[in-house]
Amino acid sequence: MTLSVETKLQTMPMAKALNAGLRQAMAENPKVLLMGEDIGKLGGVFRITEGLQAEFGENRVLDTPLAESGIIGTAIGLAMRGYRPVCEIQFDGFIYPGFNQITSQLAKLTNRTEGALQMPVVIRVPYGGHIGAVEHHQESPEAYFAHTAGLRSVSPSTPNDAYWMIQEAIASNDPVMFFEPKSRYWPKGDVDLSASAAPLHASRVVRLGTDATLVAHGAMVSVLLQAAELAAADGISLEVVDLRSISPIDYEPLLESIRKTGRLIVAQEAPGNVSVGSEIAATVAERAFYSLEAPVLRVSGFDVPFPPAKLEKLFLPDADRILEAVDRALAY
Amino acid sequence: MAETAIDSPAPPVQILAVDGTVSPTASAEPYLEYLERLSSDDHEQFYRDMVLARAFDTEAANLQRQGQLALWPPCHGQEGAQVGSGRAARAQDHIFPSYREHAVGLVRGVDLLGIIEVMRGTTHSGWDASDPSNGNFRPYTLVIGAQALHATGYAMGVKFDGVSTTGDADSDEAVMVYFGDGATSQGDVNEAMIFAASYQTPQVFFLQNNHWAISVPVTTQSRTPLFQRAAGFGLPSVQVDGNDVLASYAVTAKHLDDARSGGGPQLIEALTYRIGAHTTSDDPTKYRTQELTDSWIARDPIVRFHAFLRAQGASDAFFAGVTAEAHDYAADIRRRTHAIADPGIGLMFDGVYSDDHPLMIEQKSWLEQYEAALDGSAS
Repeated sequence: MTLSVETKLQTMPMAKALNAGLRQAMAENPKVLLMGEDIGKLGGVFRITEGLQAEFGENRVLDTPLAESGIIGTAIGLAMRGYRPVCEIQFDGFIYPGFNQITSQLAKLTNRTEGALQMPVVIRVPYGGHIGAVEHHQESPEAYFAHTAGLRSVSPSTPNDAYWMIQEAIASNDPVMFFEPKSRYWPKGDVDLSASAAPLHASRVVRLGTDATLVAHGAMVSVLLQAAELAAADGISLEVVDLRSISPIDYEPLLESIRKTGRLIVAQEAPGNVSVGSEIAATVAERAFYSLEAPVLRVSGFDVPFPPAKLEKLFLPDADRILEAVDRALAY
Repeated sequence: MAETAIDSPAPPVQILAVDGTVSPTASAEPYLEYLERLSSDDHEQFYRDMVLARAFDTEAANLQRQGQLALWPPCHGQEGAQVGSGRAARAQDHIFPSYREHAVGLVRGVDLLGIIEVMRGTTHSGWDASDPSNGNFRPYTLVIGAQALHATGYAMGVKFDGVSTTGDADSDEAVMVYFGDGATSQGDVNEAMIFAASYQTPQVFFLQNNHWAISVPVTTQSRTPLFQRAAGFGLPSVQVDGNDVLASYAVTAKHLDDARSGGGPQLIEALTYRIGAHTTSDDPTKYRTQELTDSWIARDPIVRFHAFLRAQGASDAFFAGVTAEAHDYAADIRRRTHAIADPGIGLMFDGVYSDDHPLMIEQKSWLEQYEAALDGSAS
């Protein structure tokens, strides 16, 4: 049977795309398990796993006890047994009780056993702000994990990437931290059910431009696209690169863009100090020094704990803060 | 000096009195049938295991003193708990050790040179648990208690796979995790028991209470006998004299069989004592009296079992044979330790990820070229 183009393309929000991607992975491989707090009957607090327990049973979609270290630690044991667990951490700020199992065990077991043991575990982390929530519910903790050898870290920015990247993360034989931009769970986008747009760790140019390059991952990509649109009205042509993978980072498309534009602005919700943006700035300075016409500029959250929600608009970079940095870069 | 004993409501399960005479406690009754399965050859094997483990342990500590190893965590004094429980596990069972279970590794068939390699600094593991010759004995875990969750997750997998509780004890799989009294304060051990209870895993938690977490006595970890904590998680539990190898064997065999046949997770607290230091970096004279250590040396598991075997009629030739075998075993370890080669650059990069990773390729290549250039400039 040949599907028509129309039936391969479906419009859905990222939350539904993730649900569809998880369902696909579970249907294809009986060793794929979902684990987490409230993910079964409730379908998760964001409803990402809605309906999956009813479809696949309680031994494939586990409503676990309320203990993050327990979830990650038992997922490691299940992976040792041949399973491919997908853990949901309910909110970004709740991941720290599982930090030891992630960084000292999950990340290191393949290395500890000199490659004899594979750890195909995915940890889904709804991350980031813009949802007006209380403390511990709006954080961007990706730098801790990008810093840790043995982990891979990715973050989709669109429903299409979410659908494919979750399946590719599950297929990976290494542990993958999967950062879901929760502020992008609900906007709809086209999902091409026939083929993935790019490999899991590929970065991509998502808007062409000539005057400066903007780069980000996850929710911030949509802010960059908004900024580029506003700049275009003023006659400034901005190229936008969607990082997609935070670890490893696929630098070549980014460097190619910088060779063309000569300017780079790195944006993220996370605080800037010792962050993914810092790493990109350093690497670009090392590899594209003679192409740069201005210093790499970072636009990030401030180096403070995520503030109470009524201040989040001041904390989180918006299109205006991006454009302010563009102006500074262009002034060199 | 600190108080180190926690009063229990009843004596621990014991088969052999401290002088080696057969004198089962009333609490030993449910376990006696497991002892009836043991032949005199089995008894002699237990003795051989304990003596070889002690010889290995003593040799390794000496190698550390000679600068051959960075560190050594001795198992001296815990051989009864370890050999008894290790021998109780069936071939199909899966063992998750902490880092002091040298005697368990021995009885599961692991070449103990692997532990030497870890402590020498040539590898982080030393043996491959997926190799059937290693008796499903997992690599050591150094972060206290972390392995308890791995064991519980593994046991969840065993249950999901449907390879326990089929009614065939010769094929039904069970999981056993080792940890110490200090580890009982860790969240991971407690979370492991919670998950184990929730999913009713076929699993035994084997707690060796050796009374010390480096310098801190067990009374700082708990004012309740540790085995009683299991009730709060809904796990059946028992306290056993860990320096009685027969009691350790029988108790572990029964509870592993209970776990594999649908009884759910179980906890065993083996009372024993760390005669040596925590590791060779430690100085026990700073926190405990020799008098206290001497009181436990008087309960040595090997001496006790020696007396039992004597009374059973074991010959001088048998004991002399084991002594000679242990001497040769230690000498072989010493010889092979001196022959361990340093690892190459590949060990650092090759196993970090299973799939290709650009940073590994780039950095390994850079270091190889850098080292080659240094070699070139030196010649």
